[in-house]
Amino acid sequence: MGYVAAKGGREAILNAEELVEYFRLKGKSLPLSVKAIEEQFRLACDKVISEGSLYAPKLAALALKQAEGDTIEASFLLRAYRSTLPRISYSEPVDTEEMSILRRISSAFKDIPGGQILGPTRDYIQRFLRFDLLGEKEKKNEHFSHINKGEPVQKAPKVIDLLRKEGFLPQPAVKSKEEPLDITRRALIFPLPRSGVLQAMARGEEGGMMAIAYSSMRGYGDTHPTLAELRVGYIPLKIKHPFTGKIVKAGEILVTEAEVIAGKPTQTGEEVPQFTLGYGLVFGHNERKAICMAMLDITMKVQEPKHPAEDQEFVICHIDSIESSGFTAHWKLPHYVTFQSDLDRLRKIQKEQKKNDRTD
Amino acid sequence: MTGQIRGYNFAFIDEYAKREIRRKILKAVSIPGYQVPFGSRELPIARGWGTGGLQITLSLIGPQDILKVIDQGCDNSVNAVNIKRFAKTTTGVSITTDTLKATIIQTRHRIPEEELQDDQILVFQVPYPEPLRIVEPQEFQTRRMHAEMDYAKIWVFLYENIVKWEEITIGARYPVMVAGRYIMDPSPIPRYDVPRLNNASTLYLFGAGREKRIYAIPPFTEVKPLEFEDHRFRIENFEGKSCQLCGSRDTFLDEIVTGGKRIYTCSDTSFCEKRRKNPQTPRST
Repeated sequence: MGYVAAKGGREAILNAEELVEYFRLKGKSLPLSVKAIEEQFRLACDKVISEGSLYAPKLAALALKQAEGDTIEASFLLRAYRSTLPRISYSEPVDTEEMSILRRISSAFKDIPGGQILGPTRDYIQRFLRFDLLGEKEKKNEHFSHINKGEPVQKAPKVIDLLRKEGFLPQPAVKSKEEPLDITRRALIFPLPRSGVLQAMARGEEGGMMAIAYSSMRGYGDTHPTLAELRVGYIPLKIKHPFTGKIVKAGEILVTEAEVIAGKPTQTGEEVPQFTLGYGLVFGHNERKAICMAMLDITMKVQEPKHPAEDQEFVICHIDSIESSGFTAHWKLPHYVTFQSDLDRLRKIQKEQKKNDRTD
Repeated sequence: MTGQIRGYNFAFIDEYAKREIRRKILKAVSIPGYQVPFGSRELPIARGWGTGGLQITLSLIGPQDILKVIDQGCDNSVNAVNIKRFAKTTTGVSITTDTLKATIIQTRHRIPEEELQDDQILVFQVPYPEPLRIVEPQEFQTRRMHAEMDYAKIWVFLYENIVKWEEITIGARYPVMVAGRYIMDPSPIPRYDVPRLNNASTLYLFGAGREKRIYAIPPFTEVKPLEFEDHRFRIENFEGKSCQLCGSRDTFLDEIVTGGKRIYTCSDTSFCEKRRKNPQTPRST
């Protein structure tokens, strides 16, 4: 028989798995420690906890190591692990005014109560490749003793609260009795309530969200927002104690929060014209994602969407990298049965046309 | 449990999630052809690789079950092997390639050739649960269309196909009407398998993990492919072709181009093996 089945099977899969491990280790360098990744690939880990939707920096570092630095793959690892974890309890709503601030800026005002704090940002670093790092053998960090190490500043008032006081922004929605939607337990049904929209964006992929938000900033839409406040820091996470019922601090998490104001006034009913607020909150330090989330929160408030960024279903269905990367990869699976069906149709149509050409 | 990975629940998914999925399956069975939204969990296998079917399988499976997994009809395709490896690691259940011995069969893009029994469950992996997606991109709209049985757009689509090509160009994933109520996507099975959905004695369950939908065809349900009186539904044409390995002329064939030659073999590899041993092995009719 001349035909050897092109169906790899178990052995091929196991070999592929081993080859991946070989490629990960084949160089002469020492194995990367998870600690080193967690500390020195801080922003990659933050991306993974955010998109993996699990606040576990150490596991994010492990996932990055295992995935050879592929953040989408690492987020997928974390997300899959996440679905094995029981839901022990829900935290109390967090208040970002209680944040210990590492960095905080507002582009709306020259100065703000509590002050502008530049913190650890690359915004004003000139992007020269630092060739001196090529041979970095030890941490030369003695001189850090002289500088402000970015110790968190305790609490500062929120810029948007000032704007609310002046009547430029609507008051926060009265505490809704409705439980927020849990998108990890319910399938998305559109239109989504805002709680669902914000959750979906909080675990969305930075690149995907940025592409859609950028389309609106650039021209497919009319978003020219002002960054009321961007803050990065630690917020306390509080839970109700299961026995005493008292609210207790369970720990703290690093988050990035963006509050963006749409420049165009809007008016609802009899009320005075006001600006619209967009909100972004993401795990870890990721300013691009937080800003894009806040932008998309604004663009999706449009009643009749004209552009992709304004269409809630379009945005929410296409920003989850676990879903989009999985489906993109699935085209590598065999499709020969479906292709056979398609071939059958094409052959039939070609035959019909030839027949028609002859009779014409 | 022998052969089961440590530190994880039996069949990977936690019991609360399994219970939710089973409830959604019951709802799906109660409303044949209706897409029931469910809280699809992430699995260690990528979205788009059968996670919907897998969540159904994992929610239903018990230690006594015997599992068969096929991809394109083949038991040994890399994807089928990978899913079996996952199921084996997390449950330790027995795996078979014999269609008649399995209690649960998970499939991608085929219905096995042999007649399935009423104590078996066939679980389909579904990439696109929405049959109306080809005419309407918005989920919000397609849900409304199903609710109102507003199916004009897809009928027009089929009609325009015939006007333009003198043929309906849909290859696999041919839309069907279930119990006279819901138009349903039968997953990318070939048209050849579509008649097998009608009035079957087996429970058919469909899972779309990425799109978070479960739907079902309960046993003995009327399932009709969309067709016109003067343009009937047609299956793939294998006239004059036969399987190179077992000689069958009545099975769905894979077309293989090898060394400039075109040959055909059964897509259902387990059935093909049985036919080679016994040419009288009956195929479902």
